[in-house]
Amino acid sequence: MFLIECPWCGPRQQIEFHCHGEAHIARPVDPDAISDAEWADYVFNRTNPKGVHYERWVHNHGCRRWFNVARDTVSDRILATYRVGEKAPKVTP
Amino acid sequence: MTQRNRLAEGGRIDREQPLSFRFDGTHYEGYAGDTLASALLANNVHLVARSFKYHRPRGILSAGAEEPNALVQLREGTRSEPNMRAPQIELLEGLIAESQNRWPSLQFDVGAVNNLLSRFLPSGFYYKTFMWPASLWLTYERFIRNAAGLGRAPAAPDPDHYDSRFAWCDVLVAGGGPAGLMAALAAGRSGARVIIADEQAEPGGWLLSDTAEIDGMPAAEWAAGTVAQLAAMPEVTVLSRTTVAGYYDHNFLTCIERVTDHLADPPATMPRQRFWQVRAKQVVLATGAIERPLAFPNNDRPGVMLAGAVRSYVNRYGVLPGRRAVVFTNNDSAYGTAVDLKRAGADVTVVDLRREPAGTLVDAAVGEDIEVLDGFAVTRVSGGKRVSGITVRGLGDEGIKASGTSRSMACDLLAVSGGWNPTVHLFSQSRGKLRFDDALATFVPGASFAAERSAGACNGTMTLAGCLEEGIAAGLAAARDAGFDEGGKTAVPKTRDVESAALQPVWLVPSRRAIGRAGKQFVDFQNDVTAADVHLAHREGYVSVEHLKRYTTTGMGTDQGKTSNVTALALLAELQGSTIGEVGTTTFRPPYTPVSFGAIAGRNVGRLMDPARVTAMHDWHVEHGARFEDVGQWKRPWYYPRPGESMHDAVNREVAAARNSVVMLDASTLGKIDIQGPDAARFLNLIYTNAWLKLPVGSCRYGLMLHEDGMVFDDGVTTRLAENRFLMTTTTGGAANVLTWLEEWLQTEWTDLEVYCTSVTEQWATVSVSGPYARHVLGALTDYDKLSPRDFPFMTMREFPVAGIPARVFRIGFTGELSFEVNVPRRHGLALWDALWQAGQRYGMTPYGTEAMHVLRAEKGFVIVGQDTDGTVTPMDLGMDWIVSRSKGDFIGRRSFAREDTSRTDRKQLVGLFTEDPHQVLVEGAQIVEQVRPRPPMKMIGHVTSAYYSPNVGRSIALALVKRGRERLGEQLWVPRLDGGRAAKVTVTEPVFYDRQGVRARG
Repeated sequence: MFLIECPWCGPRQQIEFHCHGEAHIARPVDPDAISDAEWADYVFNRTNPKGVHYERWVHNHGCRRWFNVARDTVSDRILATYRVGEKAPKVTP
Repeated sequence: MTQRNRLAEGGRIDREQPLSFRFDGTHYEGYAGDTLASALLANNVHLVARSFKYHRPRGILSAGAEEPNALVQLREGTRSEPNMRAPQIELLEGLIAESQNRWPSLQFDVGAVNNLLSRFLPSGFYYKTFMWPASLWLTYERFIRNAAGLGRAPAAPDPDHYDSRFAWCDVLVAGGGPAGLMAALAAGRSGARVIIADEQAEPGGWLLSDTAEIDGMPAAEWAAGTVAQLAAMPEVTVLSRTTVAGYYDHNFLTCIERVTDHLADPPATMPRQRFWQVRAKQVVLATGAIERPLAFPNNDRPGVMLAGAVRSYVNRYGVLPGRRAVVFTNNDSAYGTAVDLKRAGADVTVVDLRREPAGTLVDAAVGEDIEVLDGFAVTRVSGGKRVSGITVRGLGDEGIKASGTSRSMACDLLAVSGGWNPTVHLFSQSRGKLRFDDALATFVPGASFAAERSAGACNGTMTLAGCLEEGIAAGLAAARDAGFDEGGKTAVPKTRDVESAALQPVWLVPSRRAIGRAGKQFVDFQNDVTAADVHLAHREGYVSVEHLKRYTTTGMGTDQGKTSNVTALALLAELQGSTIGEVGTTTFRPPYTPVSFGAIAGRNVGRLMDPARVTAMHDWHVEHGARFEDVGQWKRPWYYPRPGESMHDAVNREVAAARNSVVMLDASTLGKIDIQGPDAARFLNLIYTNAWLKLPVGSCRYGLMLHEDGMVFDDGVTTRLAENRFLMTTTTGGAANVLTWLEEWLQTEWTDLEVYCTSVTEQWATVSVSGPYARHVLGALTDYDKLSPRDFPFMTMREFPVAGIPARVFRIGFTGELSFEVNVPRRHGLALWDALWQAGQRYGMTPYGTEAMHVLRAEKGFVIVGQDTDGTVTPMDLGMDWIVSRSKGDFIGRRSFAREDTSRTDRKQLVGLFTEDPHQVLVEGAQIVEQVRPRPPMKMIGHVTSAYYSPNVGRSIALALVKRGRERLGEQLWVPRLDGGRAAKVTVTEPVFYDRQGVRARG
């Protein structure tokens, strides 16, 4: 079970959180202006990297805030957590 | 004679406290401080089990968690537990244990015929013989499961209760031997919060079995003193009878504490076991080492024991397991056993695979006049249910062939040592990398991954002085890394120096005869894997350790191969001409020793497994005989049978009443979300498929929510309470997910929108009054004139008191009848329900449950999201194009309608079905075909999503998703049955069966 530093509440057990997949995927501003393939990329395709993964978590049994986590998918180490709207920090696994 | 193997003095047992116990129906006596194993050995009982596959007689091999043989069925009845390790069972008055895997008795076991047939039961036998044809596997499996077996699980529920506890600490120390105690002491002195867990009744580990002295005291006494010091430190918690079982991510560890298992009569107020979930900043692993056996013919005979274990039984328990002992070794440690056996009164001979061994321990043995046969190997063991003698043979010059002179001798105990394997289980679980150590010929911790360090024997340090010193260093370093870097200074306790000669790695003991021919050479005792099996696996091409493990089942018993894994790897490496380090190990998995499900579940069983949510009117439903249905965590009335009524009768009555008189439903469980803010309407426009900006205050609108893939995921009615305030309703089961969905968009995507969402499901009690007399009933409790269709039209909301209670009343419903949904603060829910119930009596008021609700809505063709949809259904598939706005701009899922898959014309569409026989109700989930064949496969074109008998339509009705369904109206299709019965002939219809124009609801 991970220990996750909620940017609002501090370190808490993983059971208080839910992961909501990859972060920093912006909804296309004008969906009609893009091709089906680009839309499908937004809806379905994810990077699934081996290494640093930027992902969204929600502290749903706590402050109920979404925030972002940089996690190394190889080691499962959490390298950084930061609030929505903040720039993704550069981290090395 | 009782306890004939008990020594007159010594050991950490209380001879003043005799305990009687029963094993396989025979009564024995032992003492407080004994384990079941030591008490059996005290009574000269060596035969305690039959082996897993060959049913060979087996004895007690070890004195700890690694025990592969002596597994027993402990206790009787509902508290009975299978596969319990005898060396870890504390003896208590009246203890009852039975041997396993034998019939009719341990002494005479019919299954032992497997041993004679073993030529025909090689490794992979079951795999090769029974994998084909696959269809017969179920038949074979029954016999195989009966033949192979350990104990029996009790059939009745567990009567005990278990606790769970979360804990945080700076330093967790796993193991209370010399290294662990010193680590805890040093870390504790530096001020860190420390938890030290030890699996035994009293911490001390090997010190309890050793004759060494520390600081001038007997080792066990020193250990007790150190434990007392630790217990007195306010920030230190000493947990005995506690096994650190699992090491997980981010230094999360689980421990199992056996709170009352050692009590004959445990108080009912105490939990049987406690499951600790510990988050530690730093971990010190001090888990010791496990001795490994040697592989020689018939090395599994009762009376063949690990040398260290023999020493434990002599020194710790005051038991002499045999009087004529042979100690067989490839290293110095077993000489300690020889000396202690001799001093306890046994005749002892040492057989050493090495030539001319020398060192402190060897000298001590020679000093005791113990005969040492160096450069010899045990090549034969005689005796069936107990070892009665051995033959040794001199080794050739290279020490690899037993070609020299032979000699036979009688013995009743053979103590074996093949060296020691550090207990690296937790280290490996923590994702640390193991390193092969040539001097010890075993794996030791290499590079760490987690915030942990190993100390003592589990780190490959095999001397007492080394363990003490390393423990201090590890404790100090752990405390320092946890932020406590002062005050921990601890002196190394004084011990006597011991010089040891090198171990000589030997795995398969040299013999003159071909492998397996002079008797089975067991590698894995618990799973009956022999050296010959490993050779077979190699011959058959199983080159990877992972394959070796699965093919031979080495290490796959309940002991996870604690005594066998390294030996099996070494044999494989030998065969491959590589090193053990190159061959590598399989991965160690938690738990270290088995943990009962009861302990993991803790208090979360029965009623406490999942919360039950009930409405304000729940007691009324119970009093009026409602049967309940679980919807999510909610208990919802399902139907209200009158005396003598079947479910079918009751539902038909409730459904008919809705169309003919008046009915009431407890609708409090529907999800309710209060949505406020200047951008609320804009937000709803993005969330729902239809338009919301112009919805007048006080009006309601039905909406569908989609995911971005264009598929329906929830629906409900939302009402504009004020310009910037809406009340959204969701499905009962989807409420939490919808709130999360809304929050996700607001917090992560549309952060510029000012909208606030609050769940108010629990704040309101809701009663839906429905039917031709609904207005009459409600009118009796409020101003009737306000309820006219003109003042209070369909799909609007008004606020006025009902029965004197301030209420929000919605003209919405799910039955297709004239309906009022009355919402009041939860505390008034029961009063409101009672008032409506009383007022409705003269109109035949009928309470109805979810089943009637489902029939009523199906008559109207209203879908239930999650029943008539499954995450692959668009609004257009449901025939609900009317709710998808083409003009309002973007909304979630809209762009996906243009996707190739969503816009294709052969999608499944919602239709109605009429069965040829009007009384036949289809099975929900049944497949629909155009042509019936005698057996599958048939081309499936859809499935039934809802099916009921409708008293109002006077026949059975069904909803279904069918390919190109809208084009098939009037077409005849078939619904085959899985059980081979006659397929039902059905006709495709419109999915609305009653009041197609929707006149009644608007009245």
